[in-house]
Amino acid sequence: MSEWSRAVSARPAPAGAAPPAAATSGNRGLQIEEPLLFEQDGPGRCGVDLPEPAPFHSRLGGLERREPIGLPRLSEPQVVRHFTRLSQKNYAIDSGPYPLGSCTMKHNPRLNEKLARLPGFADLHPLQPLATVQGVLELIDTLAHWLKTLTGMPAIALSPAAGAHGELCGMMAIRAALEARGDRRRRVLVPESAHGTNPATAATCGWSVDPVPANARGRVDLAALRARLADDVAALMLTNPNTCGLFEDEILDIAAAVHEKGAFFYCDGANFNAIIGRVRPADLGIDCIHLNLHKTFSTPHGGGGPGSGPVGLAESLAPFAPLPWLVHGPDGLALLEQPAGPAARTLGRIKAFHGQVGMFVRALAYMMSHGAEGLRQVAEDAVLNANYLRTLLAADLTQAFPGPCMHEALFDDRFLEHTGVTTLDFVKALIDEGYHPMTIYFPLIVHGALLIEPTESESKEELDRFAAVLTALARAARAGDAERFHAAPRLAPRRRLDETLAARRPVLRWRPPPAERPQGA
Amino acid sequence: MTELRFTSEHEWIRRDGDVATVGITDYAQNQLGDVVYVELPEIGRHLDKGAEAAVVESVKAASEVYAPLSGEVVAVNETLAGEPAKVNADPMGEGWFFKLRLDNPEELATLMDEEAYRRLVEGLG
Amino acid sequence: MRYLPLTPHDRRAMLAAIGVRSIDDLFAEVPPAARLAELPDLPRAMGEIEVERRLSQMAAKNLAAGAAPFFLGGGVYRHHVPAAVDYLIQRGEFLTSYTPYQPEIAQGTLQYLFEFQTQVAVLTAMEIANASLYDGATACAEAVMMAGRITRRKKAVVSGGLHPHYREVCETYARFAGFAVAAQAPTPCGAEDLERHIDGETACVVVQNPDFYGELRDYSDLARACHDRGALLVVVVTEIISLGAVRPPGAMDADIVAAEGQSLGNMMNFGGPHLGLFATRERFVRQMPGRLVGETVDADGRRGWVLTLSAREQHIRREKATSNVCTNAGLCALAFTIHLALLGEAGLVRLAQLNHAAAVALADRLASLPGVRILNRSFFNEFTMALPRPAGPVVETLAAAGILAGIPLSRFYPGRAELAPLMLVAATETVTEEDMKRLEAGLARVLS
Repeated sequence: MSEWSRAVSARPAPAGAAPPAAATSGNRGLQIEEPLLFEQDGPGRCGVDLPEPAPFHSRLGGLERREPIGLPRLSEPQVVRHFTRLSQKNYAIDSGPYPLGSCTMKHNPRLNEKLARLPGFADLHPLQPLATVQGVLELIDTLAHWLKTLTGMPAIALSPAAGAHGELCGMMAIRAALEARGDRRRRVLVPESAHGTNPATAATCGWSVDPVPANARGRVDLAALRARLADDVAALMLTNPNTCGLFEDEILDIAAAVHEKGAFFYCDGANFNAIIGRVRPADLGIDCIHLNLHKTFSTPHGGGGPGSGPVGLAESLAPFAPLPWLVHGPDGLALLEQPAGPAARTLGRIKAFHGQVGMFVRALAYMMSHGAEGLRQVAEDAVLNANYLRTLLAADLTQAFPGPCMHEALFDDRFLEHTGVTTLDFVKALIDEGYHPMTIYFPLIVHGALLIEPTESESKEELDRFAAVLTALARAARAGDAERFHAAPRLAPRRRLDETLAARRPVLRWRPPPAERPQGA
Repeated sequence: MTELRFTSEHEWIRRDGDVATVGITDYAQNQLGDVVYVELPEIGRHLDKGAEAAVVESVKAASEVYAPLSGEVVAVNETLAGEPAKVNADPMGEGWFFKLRLDNPEELATLMDEEAYRRLVEGLG
Repeated sequence: MRYLPLTPHDRRAMLAAIGVRSIDDLFAEVPPAARLAELPDLPRAMGEIEVERRLSQMAAKNLAAGAAPFFLGGGVYRHHVPAAVDYLIQRGEFLTSYTPYQPEIAQGTLQYLFEFQTQVAVLTAMEIANASLYDGATACAEAVMMAGRITRRKKAVVSGGLHPHYREVCETYARFAGFAVAAQAPTPCGAEDLERHIDGETACVVVQNPDFYGELRDYSDLARACHDRGALLVVVVTEIISLGAVRPPGAMDADIVAAEGQSLGNMMNFGGPHLGLFATRERFVRQMPGRLVGETVDADGRRGWVLTLSAREQHIRREKATSNVCTNAGLCALAFTIHLALLGEAGLVRLAQLNHAAAVALADRLASLPGVRILNRSFFNEFTMALPRPAGPVVETLAAAGILAGIPLSRFYPGRAELAPLMLVAATETVTEEDMKRLEAGLARVLS
């Protein structure tokens, strides 16, 4: 136990711990109850000053908008206050750890934000003449080089806009490759522990999905895999390290078995943080791997996006990469934007323009800051942190699979047996303690799963504190204090929300009260 | 004569004459949690035994409901659109999904009876 | 290393606590053949000064739009983003927060997404909108797939006026979903008879307004023709600011709107990240892809917001999901919401007027040049110009002279000789009279 946690546990609980009386305003200190923009409409107000245009003759061809739009009118101070107040209700990686398994919520360096905003990157149109954008093409080329080197893959497609989009791209490339050799295959194998995007992607590409069970050690059951492999299998989609946080130690045999049947080996690279700089996916026999720049490469999650999902491709899949292709031409760097020449067999376009270039700047700055040795250290610290937490929690939580883990530690809900507290209740109480919950109920193969990924961004002190809190909560649950968990969270900006009501009676937008007249300017 | 049978996918089917009513069991609704929406088949559609007939959605899951036997859909429970909670409150009664005119009513006998279904659910723990 | 808090002392203590001798013990499961003996062949770590120097050098090799008279459009537009937007989106609680799966501590994100959904619905005059998709092109492809699910048909009729990248993305998605795309040939500012292609197999007709060439049309009659034959009308909008002046798709009876929101709140960023907008009718809500935020109450009866109707999505439905989409455009949607909040009703209308006025002034100037024709009967802030010779080399020459004149159609359709003299020219509120004079003079010089 660290100094800090000793100090915390020695402090007596405040007597009578009743929640504070409500404030008159409904606010709670710095937590302000903030209405919707649409509820703050003020005729005559505007948050910008725009000049009046000189007189002109409309060329809109009679297609003028006839009705008012219905947008609320606010001044700049009101808008700034509105969004500032909203931000104060959010948890963020800047505020505290997000031990979310599979998400790799690491620190988002601000240098990356500064560089992405350089006008020489941000103020560029994607279709400017190539001679005027050689610098950003060099950036894209450099990023591609770093990612190819780290993955060992000879080619990389940079246009996918997110991880799931990268999966789609990879699986489309596989289907294009099969069609090119006149091979119609119907099935894709996906481990039962896989993330939901995997089967969804396979189905989007027109395949049926066969699940492959895990063995008692939490890895893909090789015998079961072999039994399901046949000439009609297009691909195996695997995550490695897998969603249980374990390295698929039989992966070379798995790759061999897949290739022997003429199928492709797709890897979901969501967990690349565990092996970056220490293992190259190409050396594992992988044909296709998508990376998440917003996971391993620190680009910010932004409350849900934007992401970026480049896809590493083996030689067998490279010809089918989506447009555009970045190539070295006689006049410098160029973009191939048509299915012709070397790109004749491209699977086509999956996104307008070239990809999430703004995220490329951030990811490259991140990689350059770490360098080769720093990126290897990232993997080592990520794995070390996860195992350290696992060790601290071993006595009070129940580990799903025995032995060490990689960058994330998986627990099940056996430690909550007979307490009346579910995994969900448990993590809602964690919110009151000031932490974002870990990933829960995933992977599906473990009952009441709790998947904890601290990442390399957490200090030892932070891990000690977090473990102490989790341990205390586990003990409280087993001591019979179920009410605390059922009522949690009590201290967050909102208590538990009624998701059933939201789904039964969907209200997806604000509507003006019936009495109100439509707004004019 | 009414006859009540069950499937291993946790559907029940109750025959009254040559029309049978289909729904999901109490076990199923409990597993799903609060039902928020039910997608029902069109009246007049013919369903083969085992075909996907309906989809029942809760906050955390969505499940297919399969036709226990072949037949033509002659009625659907329109009230579920406004009150999906009926599936949770009364899954064997007011929470019914659709009615089929069975192609082969005698096939009903091949399905699990109430006792066999009860044993199945017990085995699931 | 500045981003790694663990010290060698920490590491030793932690390894001891775990009970292993070295970090390599924790990588024991990796097959020996796959273990990298050496560091990857990449540069060593750099401090901020060095990283900044290297990337600034790359940035300096580009001609930024703000450094030249700038007239490019073609689905990405240069607009002024008010200073407050960027400061607000960089607040750590917005920038570095996760997807709002724990709604109690994500009400900030959920509330602004609810406001965003309302803004998009109101702008497009549709009933509901989602919390955004990757970009306009993928939103368009998702719209086609959704029309397929609703109608249970597998063909899309696509206007020749749809942005070619959007058409290509639709074709890619369609190919892998067993869907047919009947794409009409490009006929810049010409007439197109889409109605005769609608049959009992048609799931939807896809049009764009203003179209790729800038032309504005009323699609109400087409909507009726679609509905009469059981098909849906998908309307694409690539310049969202046009909805401050132009009749919205909802008023033309569109069923699904797929749009690009980059023009509000977001820089061009050489093509990404951008912002896909998606709106439709309430009765189609369960077929909508992407995230949705809904209003509800908490255990104390206070209003709040949650992600809802998630059972459609990949993490629950898995292979039966409406789409495999997981992320939305998050921060880009926030920037859009803030920018539109600052503009408000009057601001957006005024901004749209300024754009149109600039384009009208520019079109008049350029049309007066000998041999130059503006093809459009109507336009918003972008039009198609015909030159007396291939536009590609003209644009390159002007670029070398520091003028970013527009986009030659040969960039999109290199094989179509009849389009070679044509180029797209856009003018937004960022274009000055001086810029227009320089373009006019430059073009006159090159053409003489």
